[in-house]
Amino acid sequence: MSTSVPSSPFPVPSSAGALAPEIGYVPTRLAADYSIATTEQSRLNVVVVGHVDHGKSTLIGRLLFDTGSLMKGKIEQVRKACAAENMEFEYAFLLDALLEEQEQNITIDTTRIPFHTAKREYAIIDAPGHTEFLKNMVTGAASASAAFLLIDAQEGIKEQSKRHAFLLSLLGVRQLVVLVNKMDLADYGEARFRQIVADYSSFLETLGLKPQHFIPVAAKHGDNIASRSARTPWYTGPTAVEALDDFTDTDDLSTKPLRFIVQDVYRWDDKRIFAGRIESGTLKEGDRVVFSPGGKTSTVAKIERWSSPERKEAGPGESVGLSLTDQIFVERGHIATHEQDGAYESQQFRARIFWIQQEKLRPGQPLTLRLVTQEAQAEVVSIEKVVDATTLSEVARPGDDSHVARHEVAEVTLRTKKPLAFDVTGRIAPTSRFALYAGRAPSGGGVILPDRYFQRGQEGGVAENLFWSEGAVTRAAREARNGHPGLVVWLTGLSGAGKSTIALALERQLFASGRQVYLIDGDNLRHGLNAGLGFSAADRRENIRRAGEAARLLAEAGQIVITAFISPFAADRDRVRSILEPGRFLEVYVNAPVAVCKARDPKGLYARAERGEIKEFTGISSPYEAPAKPELELRTDQLSAEQAVERLLEFLAPHLELSRDPQR
Amino acid sequence: MDHLTKLEQQSIFIFREAYHSFDSIVMPWSMGKDSNVLIWLAKKAFLGRVPFPLLHIDTTYEFPEMYQFREWATKFHNVDVKVAINQDARRRGIGYETHDPVTVTHELKTLALQQALAEGKWQALITGIRRDEDPTRAKERYFSPRNKDNEWNYKDQPPEFWNQFATHVGPGENVRVQPILDWTELDIWLYIRREGIPIPSLYFAREGKRYRSLGCWPITHPVESRASTIDEIIEELRTTRTSERAGRAQDHAERNAMQKLRAKGFF
Repeated sequence: MSTSVPSSPFPVPSSAGALAPEIGYVPTRLAADYSIATTEQSRLNVVVVGHVDHGKSTLIGRLLFDTGSLMKGKIEQVRKACAAENMEFEYAFLLDALLEEQEQNITIDTTRIPFHTAKREYAIIDAPGHTEFLKNMVTGAASASAAFLLIDAQEGIKEQSKRHAFLLSLLGVRQLVVLVNKMDLADYGEARFRQIVADYSSFLETLGLKPQHFIPVAAKHGDNIASRSARTPWYTGPTAVEALDDFTDTDDLSTKPLRFIVQDVYRWDDKRIFAGRIESGTLKEGDRVVFSPGGKTSTVAKIERWSSPERKEAGPGESVGLSLTDQIFVERGHIATHEQDGAYESQQFRARIFWIQQEKLRPGQPLTLRLVTQEAQAEVVSIEKVVDATTLSEVARPGDDSHVARHEVAEVTLRTKKPLAFDVTGRIAPTSRFALYAGRAPSGGGVILPDRYFQRGQEGGVAENLFWSEGAVTRAAREARNGHPGLVVWLTGLSGAGKSTIALALERQLFASGRQVYLIDGDNLRHGLNAGLGFSAADRRENIRRAGEAARLLAEAGQIVITAFISPFAADRDRVRSILEPGRFLEVYVNAPVAVCKARDPKGLYARAERGEIKEFTGISSPYEAPAKPELELRTDQLSAEQAVERLLEFLAPHLELSRDPQR
Repeated sequence: MDHLTKLEQQSIFIFREAYHSFDSIVMPWSMGKDSNVLIWLAKKAFLGRVPFPLLHIDTTYEFPEMYQFREWATKFHNVDVKVAINQDARRRGIGYETHDPVTVTHELKTLALQQALAEGKWQALITGIRRDEDPTRAKERYFSPRNKDNEWNYKDQPPEFWNQFATHVGPGENVRVQPILDWTELDIWLYIRREGIPIPSLYFAREGKRYRSLGCWPITHPVESRASTIDEIIEELRTTRTSERAGRAQDHAERNAMQKLRAKGFF
């Protein structure tokens, strides 16, 4: 296909791209005028939820039609299509036609349908109610300021009526209007309406939700959608459209305490600017601020903006830069507050979470937690209860099978590797909610529940879950960050008993589960620290002594140290035990009879020893003193390598718990 | 906070999240209105500078004024502009004179972009995509990951909530960051008017026609309009109901054209 140059009053080049720029080119530009459009109302996102077949599509189609939000010709087109198919026209088809146009071949996700009333513009968010519902609703409802919840007047409150309300409350959608739909099928009866209002109100109350209105509607006929219906003379409240226009833009975060979240620090032109956003409250130049976690304080020298009207304060939703009067170390994730209304700080907190990932969430699983601009390694310490979102009752689940499955909601205790600054749900929404990641994509999210946390600037609160080190970095602080104690797992046994195989597998598994772990073996010591040592009896003893000291240092640094030495002499092993605190030296006897080891002989050492090429070879020409009381014995002639590692992990599990550590 | 300021402030937040999250960023710059709003927002976010390069995918079929604008705006904004042309395709004689628009757009825009991305190895691209532009864009996210072949897996997008974004990039992958996703065409014009953002003059009506969207000159047609000032354009948009990309031939050459282009990596 060839394209002709369009006839146009605009100049087009004869040879494309070859035109030399004219000197003195001036683009179109007007002076800034900040009075422009300041009166425009914000677009409001409204999510529509409800049990399947309670009339969502009909309601949306009707709203689009009644408010004149449809493109010209759309309704005629749908009417014509219906006539051709000999079908009765339905308003739901309008939505279907619109979606068809939007979707083309794209699988339905959250859909935004633009729509407007005389007052302002809206986006109706429709999250289809199939298996991906929760995931879609999270994306959709999390950006919604308000919700319409539909209930069929005949069917009444159904499972999803409860489930959706529960999710709305969890996602923080506080503005809610309940539409009791299909009133035509209930003969527009007031009694039926009142009964649903009473039943549903009491359920919503348990969730802390209080609907602005209950409205009797028949979306199919337009009753009480955009205009008041003569068929419900007993109803005096607003129509659905009036209720929409009554919703406010957002929570009034300006009346809440100040929360300025630091996104980044820009070090340009010899200045340090703390870039971030006011989530709540108001920040003024000259304000004294405290940064959580940690509690460093300074004063705001200037609120920095570019090409904007000069203002000495900033409010919720504003992204600004701050310069401070003091040189203090502040980084991304810090939250600036006023001194009298500080944030909470803790490494452990209670939360209500939802889980959207296929794989189950289990205690101890390594997670990443993001709360505003803070990011921390985290784990679930315990699952208090899994909540059935329809009954709000607890799902019975045996303790050894504690987990949260996909689409479930649970109350849990979470622990992070570093202190977090936060608020609790119901107080300041943006800083009380977080996302959880088990991999790359979000796996769930939640809100922090109230408890006796340490609060910056306040007396009281429990600081025991906060491991600040103002002075020296203590072992307790390191261990708190790691989430496990530092200790030494000392594998001893004959050459060929399986120490290295077990040690490597153990290191890999502990590392994969998020632990700080390091393996010390002959190879990484002999080449460096012990390079000068030979294989005389004295040198072999010194080799073990140094291995023990190295292991102790690493354990004090918070590592789980695994060693794999034959270490044949009880006295040498006991010396290592003696330099570590009780409970931090775990002797594991990797035991296989000499005959078995000889048969395995992975490095051909037994053969060489028998030929006399290696002197003082343990088990052949030198004794092996088996541990009298090892913490664990692994009979590797009876266990496979995998079984031995599993048994060792099982044995280690309680020792890796901080709370069960005898030293704490 | 008024509507425009709210959009602006969220866009600044997105810019700053992107700048923190990625080691290397590039911002494609078509020099059209949305593109110029992006530069402006970047300067707001980074207090007067654009701390990453701009990338102009030069199809060699730009309107002459656009080349002038490029030179002028590069100096005015003090930006580092990289220009990428699919030289190989031009050598092979790919052009509107001889080929259909879908082929030419694919070669001179999509492939040119892919070549530039392969060379630049940027982790993130900041784009001017808006949800209201085209139906297929309704499902976009602020942070939209693309795989090694620049493909968009729209069927399984990570949920995006509470301002937590998909910031992970694997080797060879990139993330499309879309700071003006929630803006409409009208919002863009109101913002240009409010802030005094420089734009090319092709948008304004001459002899009853104006360009509403700017692409390659052989396939971009002016629409009927008397709007010769920004205020008149704003007034026109408040009353009009025709699609913004109505003048872009590549969208209409075949059914589902946008979908095909997007799946291949066009934006």
